[in-house]
Amino acid sequence: MFAASEVLSPLRDGWFLQNAWLAPVIPTIGFALIILFGKRLPKKGSEVGVLSMLASLVLASGAAWQWIQRVGGAGEEQFVSPVIRTWTWWQSGGMEFTIGQHVDGLTVVVLFVVAFISTLVQVYSLEYLRGDRRYTHFFAALTLFSAGMLAMVIAEDMILFLLGWEIMGLCSFMLIGHWWEDGANSRAALKAFFTVRTGDVGLLVGISILFFAANEWTTTNLGLSGFSIRGLSAWALSGEPNSTVILVAAIALFIAAIGKSGQFPLHTWLPDAMAGPTPVSSLLHSSTMVVAGVFLVARLYPVFFTGLDILGPSSNIIMIIAAITIVIAAALAFVQTDIKRVLAYSTVSQLGYMMLGLGAGAWLPAVFHIFTHAFFKACLFLSAGSISHSASHHSFDMKKDMGGLRKHMPITFAAWTVSTLALCGVFPFSGFFSKDEIIDNVGGNGYTFFMVVGLGGAFLTAAYMTRATYLTFFGEPRGASAGEHGESSHGTHPAHDGHDAHDAHAVHDSHDAQDSHDAHAGPHESGILITAPLAILAVLAIFSGLFNATPFGESWEYMKKWTEPRAAVVEESYSGGPGEAFVVPAAESGYGESPCGKETPKDGVCYAPQLNHAKFKWSKALLSLAIVFAGIAVSWVVSAALYGRRDPRLVGLTQRNAVARSGYQLLINKYYLDHLYERGVVSFIVGPLARGAYWFNQQVLDGILHGVARVSRVVAQVVYRDIDQRLVDGAVNASADVTKAAGTTVQPIQSGRVGHYGALLFATAAVAALVFVILNT
Amino acid sequence: MLTSQFLLLGAILFCIGVYGVIARKNAVLVLMSIELILNSVNINLLAFALRNGSADGHTFALYIIAVAAAEVGVGLAMVLLIYRNRRSIGLDELSEMRG
Repeated sequence: MFAASEVLSPLRDGWFLQNAWLAPVIPTIGFALIILFGKRLPKKGSEVGVLSMLASLVLASGAAWQWIQRVGGAGEEQFVSPVIRTWTWWQSGGMEFTIGQHVDGLTVVVLFVVAFISTLVQVYSLEYLRGDRRYTHFFAALTLFSAGMLAMVIAEDMILFLLGWEIMGLCSFMLIGHWWEDGANSRAALKAFFTVRTGDVGLLVGISILFFAANEWTTTNLGLSGFSIRGLSAWALSGEPNSTVILVAAIALFIAAIGKSGQFPLHTWLPDAMAGPTPVSSLLHSSTMVVAGVFLVARLYPVFFTGLDILGPSSNIIMIIAAITIVIAAALAFVQTDIKRVLAYSTVSQLGYMMLGLGAGAWLPAVFHIFTHAFFKACLFLSAGSISHSASHHSFDMKKDMGGLRKHMPITFAAWTVSTLALCGVFPFSGFFSKDEIIDNVGGNGYTFFMVVGLGGAFLTAAYMTRATYLTFFGEPRGASAGEHGESSHGTHPAHDGHDAHDAHAVHDSHDAQDSHDAHAGPHESGILITAPLAILAVLAIFSGLFNATPFGESWEYMKKWTEPRAAVVEESYSGGPGEAFVVPAAESGYGESPCGKETPKDGVCYAPQLNHAKFKWSKALLSLAIVFAGIAVSWVVSAALYGRRDPRLVGLTQRNAVARSGYQLLINKYYLDHLYERGVVSFIVGPLARGAYWFNQQVLDGILHGVARVSRVVAQVVYRDIDQRLVDGAVNASADVTKAAGTTVQPIQSGRVGHYGALLFATAAVAALVFVILNT
Repeated sequence: MLTSQFLLLGAILFCIGVYGVIARKNAVLVLMSIELILNSVNINLLAFALRNGSADGHTFALYIIAVAAAEVGVGLAMVLLIYRNRRSIGLDELSEMRG
């Protein structure tokens, strides 16, 4: 079918592909400028942030466009090699540490998404945080955060990857705790930081294991270090690695992904992280930072593919964790009253879908879900921010302060509705194309149970989003939305968002003074800087699914063509330093017959495993659509009865019925995981571990210190007495004595009489003349 | 030989000068003794100049005479000042720098 004699065209290249590394560099410089000069600039540094993100967006778009050209110019089954540039920054003992870019389909997709969402969120923040006391620092942290994510996405090796990963961890801490004056916010920031750090240990361990296992192979065969993503991918698929080693490495890396991407059981930090300002939630906790874990798995997919035996007969750890996450997070979303927490649990659940896809071998649908999810989830978060900013008096409580807002906020309502439908997976919104693809492929690869879990998750998603929509936009206005605001609303829910979080009322007033169109005027639509990003994201929430619209036939599968690396055996003609493009493609096998990932490739290496794609069938899609509509309908009826008409059979059910009560208690307490962590882990650290550390400090460390002090005292005494007093001072005194004696001896010569001096002079001259005469004869 | 007689005269004059410098206590006499030493050198220079048929020695001798005149001028001025301050020109009484 695909003849080996097919003429292979050279791959196209371009300026944007070669210089994609500028995308993270520009925001980094922007961060430094904001920190150093931001307060003196007319817009307090925000213009630097927005401009640097715009520059990154231009670079990312250019790179994406040129990558599409590159793929389009390549042969049907040709392996499109990534555009790689490296610089060596340290050399030691024959090992080279490099920093560089690795631009391929996955990179340009995520690069574009991150730059795009970051730009919109920064524009949105101009309005949302106007008059904030740490306005400049907010933009600085936001810009550095985006730079970290872009650096991680573009990383050529695991060291830069780790760097970007950690920068994000730090910036998320700073941004979540932006309003740290309130104790709850700084606790949430600490919780996020430490929970993610727990997972980060896995990343460090995983990278180390991979390096020591793979370095020899990659250096010999490819001339790459064991940190290089390319090298690790080829090594994992070469049939070389020991199955235990690569299994341990894959699990260690997956633990990092669990922490960052909020998977069970480390998902607890993500809902608490909603303490940060809403733009932060939108950027960090829907589309960017939490995607990092999914991105890690997608980036090093061959390692996971081999290590965890993806597509193997039994279910692997990624799928199990993902399935648990989908269900428990969706269930938790039902009992939340805070609109942002509903979205947070929804994010956790959707990340579960991405992980499920990756675990089941549906790489492309998972990456595509990253792409579509970023748009509609960012839109949902920004809508929630718009509501709290303009209608509900900075509250996020759906039950107390919202309701009936659809008349007052038409644009926000439209954006929210579109994004909700996309999230639920209704045809033809974007979520349908990506989520249905994941479920379809999971089933297509033979994991029927997990397909059922996915469908159940889709039902739950539709139901909790309908509940949130009903509570927010329908029914009668309540609380702040109805125009009630004042001391009582401050007292009851002070900590949901920042302006109210400063418990001193004076702060609130000063904010109002700068922000004239505050909620005192009653609910109304937000300003253009807020609605414009919402509108753009809503449009993308509708249409971004068309980039890989499987139902419309193969010609619509652009994302598959552009992004999925082809599982071709690539012949390596390694001819020198790393960083050289040295790939000569050998297109000898047809699609679906590549040995990559199934057996050891001969005469070359693989950079991507061979994956299957399920055939799209309308019958399966209609089934999932029916489930989604059932979820919406059931939830609508129940919500209308419970919240709208206050139906006596439903109101208070959780108090009356024992089963319902225990279930409600379990959910409201978040499965007691926080209790477990706080009483078990944290209190162990705070209690016995801290006491033990104190004892160790007092007894052992201080003992060592005292011992050292005592020894040094004795040594010092010996040194003082013997060396300083006797030796050094002795030498000094002796030389002084010698000088004194010599002076006393010579003293008589200095008689002060001219005659004596003259006599000495002449005598000396005479002696000198005598010597001169003797020497010359 | 004529040269050796000149040299002998120079040596005698030199010795007399040295004796005067060392032994005399009067500052004026010491200055005069220095003149003797310088002139003995002049005699030596002239003797060798005549012997070698060269004008260099004469030139040097003229220089020395000029320098000696200046030196005596300065020396006598110093002696005069010392006399004014101390009412004495005895060199033995000038020893104030004994170690």
